[in-house]
Amino acid sequence: MKGYVGVDVGSVTTKVVVIDEEGNPLGTPVYIRTQGQPIKAIQKGIAMVREDLPRNLEIKGAGTTGSARYLAGVLIGADVIRNEITAHAVAALRFHPQANTIIEIGGQDSKIIILRNGLVVDFAMNTVCAAGTGSFLDRQAERLGIPIERFGELALKAKTPVRIAGRCTVFAESDMIHKQQMGFSVEDIVAGLCEALVRNYLSNVAKGKKIYPPVIFQGGVAANIGIKFAFQRALGCEVLVPPYHNVMGAIGAALLAAEEMRDGKKSHFRGFDVAEMNFETSSFECSGCSNRCEIVEIKSDGKLLARWGDRCGKWEVIER
Amino acid sequence: MGNLWLGLKTALQELGHDVIVPPKPSKRTLTLGSQYSPEFACLPLKINLGCFLEAIEQGADTIIMAGGVGPCRFGYYGAVQRRILEDLGYKVNFIIFDPPQGRWGEFLNDLKKVGNGKPLYRIFSALLFGIRKLQVMDYLEKLGHKTKALEIKKGETTHILEKTLRRLDEASSYKEVKRIREEAIEELLSIPKKDIDPIKVAVTGEIFVVLEPFVNMEVENELGKMDVEVERTLYITDWVKEHLIPSLQGIRKHHLLEQMSKPYLGHFVGGDGQLSVASAVIYAKKGFHGMVHLMPFTCMPEIIAQSILPRVSKDLSFPVLTLVFDEHTGKAGVLTRLEAFVDLLRRKRMVSVN
Repeated sequence: MKGYVGVDVGSVTTKVVVIDEEGNPLGTPVYIRTQGQPIKAIQKGIAMVREDLPRNLEIKGAGTTGSARYLAGVLIGADVIRNEITAHAVAALRFHPQANTIIEIGGQDSKIIILRNGLVVDFAMNTVCAAGTGSFLDRQAERLGIPIERFGELALKAKTPVRIAGRCTVFAESDMIHKQQMGFSVEDIVAGLCEALVRNYLSNVAKGKKIYPPVIFQGGVAANIGIKFAFQRALGCEVLVPPYHNVMGAIGAALLAAEEMRDGKKSHFRGFDVAEMNFETSSFECSGCSNRCEIVEIKSDGKLLARWGDRCGKWEVIER
Repeated sequence: MGNLWLGLKTALQELGHDVIVPPKPSKRTLTLGSQYSPEFACLPLKINLGCFLEAIEQGADTIIMAGGVGPCRFGYYGAVQRRILEDLGYKVNFIIFDPPQGRWGEFLNDLKKVGNGKPLYRIFSALLFGIRKLQVMDYLEKLGHKTKALEIKKGETTHILEKTLRRLDEASSYKEVKRIREEAIEELLSIPKKDIDPIKVAVTGEIFVVLEPFVNMEVENELGKMDVEVERTLYITDWVKEHLIPSLQGIRKHHLLEQMSKPYLGHFVGGDGQLSVASAVIYAKKGFHGMVHLMPFTCMPEIIAQSILPRVSKDLSFPVLTLVFDEHTGKAGVLTRLEAFVDLLRRKRMVSVN
């Protein structure tokens, strides 16, 4: 049986999946926190995903995406390294070929992808602030002492959502505290936060774009049913959350790998033993010119795997 | 700004000046520049100021800065920078060079100021030699955009161009310049190349951000690495020809820009805003696959262009990606967007071919 590995390393979480040729996840998709240590998270994710894979599985390709896609690519020996916009679009189209709009909200990035007839025609990512993203909700849930998993259901219990200034995380936080001190209920505040996030997303990330249904909502924040309902209210249409919404980037990376390896090339995938390998990283500042580039090196057991960060290319090495 | 220094240095040296070229803009330039600039001024002011400070460190006692007549704020930058340097306690001779705009008398006066007592014809011949070097460099860069997309070993073109720039800097006669040009063309053409039909992308926007690779995070090189052929919509020598020298070419170009942007933007909005809108129309008609629009944060003319471009893009089914730069811009974000944009163009082409 043929399988493809997809790894999506984001700012907050790391996702690892193995899919079959049709794009269906095999075993259990992994969704864990990156905790600022991408290498460890990738290794842990690889170790977890191999637990319940079918026995006769043969890995034919591997792909990586997310903000640590290059690092992840070197670590696992990826055949394709692609940006998260393409990966998310490819994955969404696999499950919803008719999709016209994809809303993706992750830890630090939020994106809107506009599709027509199965093709990406336009996209945007948040540029200024994280007030429209998962980290913001995470932080506020912590402040309110609510587990983030329960955030959504609490929001649904709200009677009158409080209006919270959502332009910037700092202002949102002080406004939220103010509302708490005024005596509003936790449910109303939580619902207000969901609406603030949606408002912020629509006016900053999606500004000027025509949002037509079907609207697909994916990324970690899609787990939050409060946000989903807030989107439906704001857009006046149904918002679909796909079954594997939180690992769609990884599925997309795996699908892109499958596409890349269609003609039967040999995969560079290092195997699931990557979980046990030793990786070291180090960095230095090049003094060759006024650019003063910061160079990063990744080694495994003393062997140089990759080096990057220079503008001129004199240090750059990427081992396959 | 890009290679502009090459032409100015050559011209001023010909006039017998001792010229200090500040180091290429770097993180330090940016840090220095933004530290002493008003926050909401655009990046060109900050980088320029940083360069001035670095040049003063190296012993410069005279600074020549271009002026302007708006509506872009650039025209005001020379005056602001002069004040900032004064307030910091530097005593430098600050010459602001306003474009002629019909006031030829004043323009010639300004020219005489930098002429080091030389007669006008000497000043012009010095300028022409500087412009000649720039023309050669612009020509080679245009050729380089093609070879960057096709080269098998990425970076070869850049290497040749950098070497040629250094050689041109040292060249002291037209004959030498000619030889360097021919050798560079030869080298560029003999780079081993892939046999592919590259995606073609126009790069347009505010002139400083477009011409200065440090500021635009080397957009052109990054596109080249993705096997994309770039065509820049403005080059420094074209700008000089169209703005400083009254010529038929300038009038024609101006007319073309007006015509092309007319359905969307009927008049000049300062800086290069109208050019950005017109470029989308021109390059869509030329059969390019998409356009990357670059602008500094808070740039008024380009904000106008940015808000008009989605309509042009939709009408002509011509994808446009706008990238905004300031001192907080990170390379990772720019790269992700560029990669996604190129993917979009590739898939679009794949479908239209099938």
